[in-house]
Amino acid sequence: MSDQNKTALDSESNVDALDTELSTWRERQADAWRRRLAFLKREPMGLAGILILLAIVLVAIFAPVIAPYEPTETDYGNSLAPPSAEHPLGTDSAGRDIFSQLVFGARPALQIGLLSAISVAFVGMNVGLVAGYYGGYVDDALMRLVDFAYGIPFTPFIIVLVALWEPSKWTIVGAIALLLWRQTARVVRSHVLNLKEKPFVKSARTVGASDRRIIYRHIAPNVLPLVFLYGSFAIAWAILTEAAISYLGFGDPTAVTWGQMLQSAQQSQALARDAWWWFTMPGIAIMLTVISAFLIGRGYEEQLNPELQEP
Amino acid sequence: MGLKEFVTRRIIQIVVLYFAIATMLFFLFRAAPGDPLAAYIGTGFTQEQAAQIRATFGLDQPIHVQYWKYMTSLVTFNFGLSYITGDPVWGIIQDRIWNTLVLMGTSVILAYLIGVPFGAYLAWNRGTKRERFGVVFALISRSAPVFWTGLLGIWIFSFKLGWLPAGSMSQPGVTYSSKLAQFTSPSFLRHLILPALVQAFYFYSLPALLMRNSMLEVMNEDFVDFAELKGISDFSVMLKHAARNALLPIVTAFAVAAGFAVGGSVVLETVFAWPGLGREMVRAVIANDYPVAQATFLILAGLVLVANFLADLAYGYLDPRITYD
Repeated sequence: MSDQNKTALDSESNVDALDTELSTWRERQADAWRRRLAFLKREPMGLAGILILLAIVLVAIFAPVIAPYEPTETDYGNSLAPPSAEHPLGTDSAGRDIFSQLVFGARPALQIGLLSAISVAFVGMNVGLVAGYYGGYVDDALMRLVDFAYGIPFTPFIIVLVALWEPSKWTIVGAIALLLWRQTARVVRSHVLNLKEKPFVKSARTVGASDRRIIYRHIAPNVLPLVFLYGSFAIAWAILTEAAISYLGFGDPTAVTWGQMLQSAQQSQALARDAWWWFTMPGIAIMLTVISAFLIGRGYEEQLNPELQEP
Repeated sequence: MGLKEFVTRRIIQIVVLYFAIATMLFFLFRAAPGDPLAAYIGTGFTQEQAAQIRATFGLDQPIHVQYWKYMTSLVTFNFGLSYITGDPVWGIIQDRIWNTLVLMGTSVILAYLIGVPFGAYLAWNRGTKRERFGVVFALISRSAPVFWTGLLGIWIFSFKLGWLPAGSMSQPGVTYSSKLAQFTSPSFLRHLILPALVQAFYFYSLPALLMRNSMLEVMNEDFVDFAELKGISDFSVMLKHAARNALLPIVTAFAVAAGFAVGGSVVLETVFAWPGLGREMVRAVIANDYPVAQATFLILAGLVLVANFLADLAYGYLDPRITYD
């Protein structure tokens, strides 16, 4: 074989190699995605969670289209009406349509759940990364801060904050975020302690990567699944907490929330008056939203299997 | 490090934490917008009268003096007077602290008695329909807000069936010679059942899910296989070898659960009109009764810290490998 032929052959096989390389790369990418989504097939609970949450998100977005009435529209001639064609889930003591209140109540619940989860994940991840990576005094100081957050009774603290400042959903999100990062920080830190001894971190340091680059380019991607997991639990806790705060009467008085519906139901003697449609439905709505977050987290957790703890 | 040294160090840490939390609370209340006595000093008051009221509650003093008085009150329990009733705060708390401890203690114990065997049962049935159903059921009770299940419980068991009282702790008008006499009276127990069960229905899922995870991990260990190979019965292997070792993380979770129970008292006690610390705190915060609100919060925080401390101790006791460092 002549030299010329050889190079031609070579280049041809190079193209071929490149081709197969490309297609294997694509396959690998597709594979990676398939693997990432595979837990849905293995974890029907996780899939159920995603579907429920998606449905609630759609309800929240299209609330004005779905709700037959304005949630605050009163009709005193038609108070405490049981479910009927006109009012599918009945009315409350002021004649407001329960179904419409439920539909609009999805908005504050999801906003508070998602915003809290994002802030909890952000703070918890950064505290955990910095504490675990730097160690020493930084770690000590940050971990004492975590102990501090763990020593504060959760719901009472949020009540005090919300009652002393203004009762808006921003205050509630802020109050939740102030405490709930503690668990994420602790879990992330203990993983970073392991990760920073791994060869890939050491080699990054050897070639002169900055601390910030090591933390955010090399370590952070490895703890992201955990952050996502605890973020999904934070959605659940935040929604439950907001409902409790509203139920206790510390919520935004102008907002329509599920917790508030239950508060006014109890105050208006809905139990004694047997208006079951008024006090069962908001609880079911809260439960469905919270369980969707738990199911997603749990389905995902089966992959990761860290300890499941209270926040 | 020895046990004694560990305990001393932890106690010092907890005291420091407690004072830090108290300091945060002090500034939280002082930094809040609005006049703390706004509800008290009506529009009809003259300047002198208002000043006098301020002086009664020590609010005319400079902030560092107020802070010092506040911090010493943590040791002397002299929390001052209620803005609303004028009663000593410590008296109000003393009466309610036991009510909270009995209710929360009962529900946490109930939750563990139900949750731990339930979790072990789920692990034994790994991969079956029963297990899947059980996990979903545990998640459902974890997702249902306590105040809602409480309302449902009251509706069903008090209003519909008439079996149990709808709230409060005892029949009105009945007095008892002591707290103990009250807590052991049949009427009290009847009042205790519903709130304790409602709270336990929420709490049991934590030990159940943890126990399941922990059992599954332990069941993969060599010593469990070895016990099986020795020909010990399945039941005995599960109970004596697997379950016992799986309990460790559940014990630590007990403290976290207890801490959560303490915080959760604000909700449960409000639903059932249970005269405890949590309900008192909610009442005080709504009424701007700052001395009572602060003191109840501090006591609740103290209970959380004590629970965390006990968990540390129990953890070391159960696992001899822990060397307290």
